[in-house]
Amino acid sequence: MNDQAIPREMRIPDERELERSLRHPRALFSFAMSWLTGLVTVLTLVPLFSVLWLLAVRGGSSLSLAVLSELPPAALMPGGGFGNAIVGTVLMVAIATAISVPMGVLAAVFLADFAPDGRTATAVRFAAKVLTGLPSILAGVFAYVLIVATTGTFSAPAGGVALSVLMLPIVLLTAEEAIRAVPARMREAAIGMGATPTQVVLRIVLPTAMPGVLTGVMLAIARAAGETAPLLFTALFSEYWMSSSEPEFVPKTPGDLMQPTASLAVLIYNFSSSPFDNQIDLAWAAALVLVVLVLAVNLCGQALARRRA
Amino acid sequence: MSPQRAVEPAAERSGDPDAPDGSLDTGHGVARPPTAREVAADRAFRSVTLALAWGVIVLVGLILGEIFAQALPAVRQYGAAFLTGREWDPGREAFGILPQIYGTLYTSMLGLAIATALGLAVAVFLSEGFLATGVFSLLKWFGLAYRPRWEALPERIEGLLRIVVELLAAIPSVVYGLWGIFVVIPTVRPLANWLHERLGWMPWFETPLSGPGILPASLVLAIMVLPTISAVSRDALARVPAKLREAAFGLGATRWEAILAVFIPTAATGIFGSIVLGFGRALGETMALAMLVGNSNVISPSLLSPADTLAALLANSFPEAGKIEVGALMYAALVLLAITLLVNALGTWIVQRATASLEGQR
Repeated sequence: MNDQAIPREMRIPDERELERSLRHPRALFSFAMSWLTGLVTVLTLVPLFSVLWLLAVRGGSSLSLAVLSELPPAALMPGGGFGNAIVGTVLMVAIATAISVPMGVLAAVFLADFAPDGRTATAVRFAAKVLTGLPSILAGVFAYVLIVATTGTFSAPAGGVALSVLMLPIVLLTAEEAIRAVPARMREAAIGMGATPTQVVLRIVLPTAMPGVLTGVMLAIARAAGETAPLLFTALFSEYWMSSSEPEFVPKTPGDLMQPTASLAVLIYNFSSSPFDNQIDLAWAAALVLVVLVLAVNLCGQALARRRA
Repeated sequence: MSPQRAVEPAAERSGDPDAPDGSLDTGHGVARPPTAREVAADRAFRSVTLALAWGVIVLVGLILGEIFAQALPAVRQYGAAFLTGREWDPGREAFGILPQIYGTLYTSMLGLAIATALGLAVAVFLSEGFLATGVFSLLKWFGLAYRPRWEALPERIEGLLRIVVELLAAIPSVVYGLWGIFVVIPTVRPLANWLHERLGWMPWFETPLSGPGILPASLVLAIMVLPTISAVSRDALARVPAKLREAAFGLGATRWEAILAVFIPTAATGIFGSIVLGFGRALGETMALAMLVGNSNVISPSLLSPADTLAALLANSFPEAGKIEVGALMYAALVLLAITLLVNALGTWIVQRATASLEGQR
């Protein structure tokens, strides 16, 4: 009786009416879609875990100290390793870092601090975005034309230059963002005390932005270490150490650098299509080493970024 | 911490009674005008950063210029016939890249279609907080939802998932290639051959899958492109203004009605931009395709047929190419450069426009 006096819309609803009931088609649809997207997300992670699992099983089983320190075996030969490829990868990534980090960070300082809205800054940002989308193999083509064709030999510096082209935009764009995030009041305090813009940058801005800058550097290194395509015809591959004198693995003269250089990524590529089990096992072991290296550097960079936030 | 660091160097000098041209000396001695040497150092440092900033522009110009200059003789010699030729035979100096252009577009589009469907679902799942809600309900079930330590768990798990999805992009492509050879190809082969036997009359299944082919290559490509699509789309979805969200729920929409009718249409430009950027990545991807696509010079509509792509052609032929072939490869590199630049510029422009328009609505 009382219920009928009040119009339906104004009645305080029963609590159960407010709860989601799967008997309503709308709620059922929503519920089903939520589960579907969750399932799809899990599905997309299957490849990642499959890759990691296989690396652990197949790579882990053939990993040993000898594998890390010996030279690649010829076809049908037992044993061997990829010590020279580890040295080559580290060397080329170091060359690329030495080129791209100073250039990227200082250019980022210019973009973020000295002339953020100028025409140059807009053009540089556009150029960096173009580099981000450059297919990695074309960075190899560029280094081939610039260095391999002029020096007449495949070499570690050529590979390093190719990798630096890929690292530069990552370093530049993340560094700019990190520098911009430094609070303006800190800059103003320094300027107010008579610091020159250079002093502000070197003593206030860069130390404050350092974690963000390092994040970019680490992500760039992780990317460069895993790249294969730019090395295929710049560093090529080598089955020997970089030096003929003891200790063998350190290049000593400039001549030691100017020769084809092995890298983990190219070794994986070359051995992946090998018909010999030993070489395929080595490819898996090298992939494990490469992925551990890349993921460690990548996760360090991400951890730095989160601590900053 | 840092403001103090700022004071330190100046504070050392504050003890100096006759500070250089102490016209601004306040008596506390912390602030002072820069010396002539500091001004000179400032000028020099600024010019260095300007020069390096220009260096980035010069580098891009150099890359485009070098590839163009190297390709020019081949462009003059082979002309447009290079783009429509079907043969690649260095011995007879017959060069054509139609199969490679076809294979590049076919694998990229197929990979992109798969990656878009999956990546969009992942983006929605990550941006709408499904996982956090789920974990929260689970905790509530156990009565832990508001306990001090457990409280933060839903957010943490969601953050973890985000990192794991991004790790998909961190695995080097050559490792995906290796995984594709030893896992994807053996896994899809029975299914592919069943499709060929039953549905072989359809053009998509007219060849058997002998090993490498378009289907496994596109599947692996999809996994590699997916993080790009999901990350950029997630940003676009997160940028949907809160008042639109609240209005949708206030009108009584269920969660998915709001997502499909309000959030996704609002973020559509950004999502589209993410797809175009993913397309750019797929076009330029080299290693996984060089290892999985079969590298054979054929044009077939079949998903199960081997093919070739521009990047794979470069990767396979460049190291052992003679002088004449290098010229032709440079032409192929120029074509790849033109296609990817165009697609990437378009994608960047769309994402920028989407970001700007949504920022305006705030």
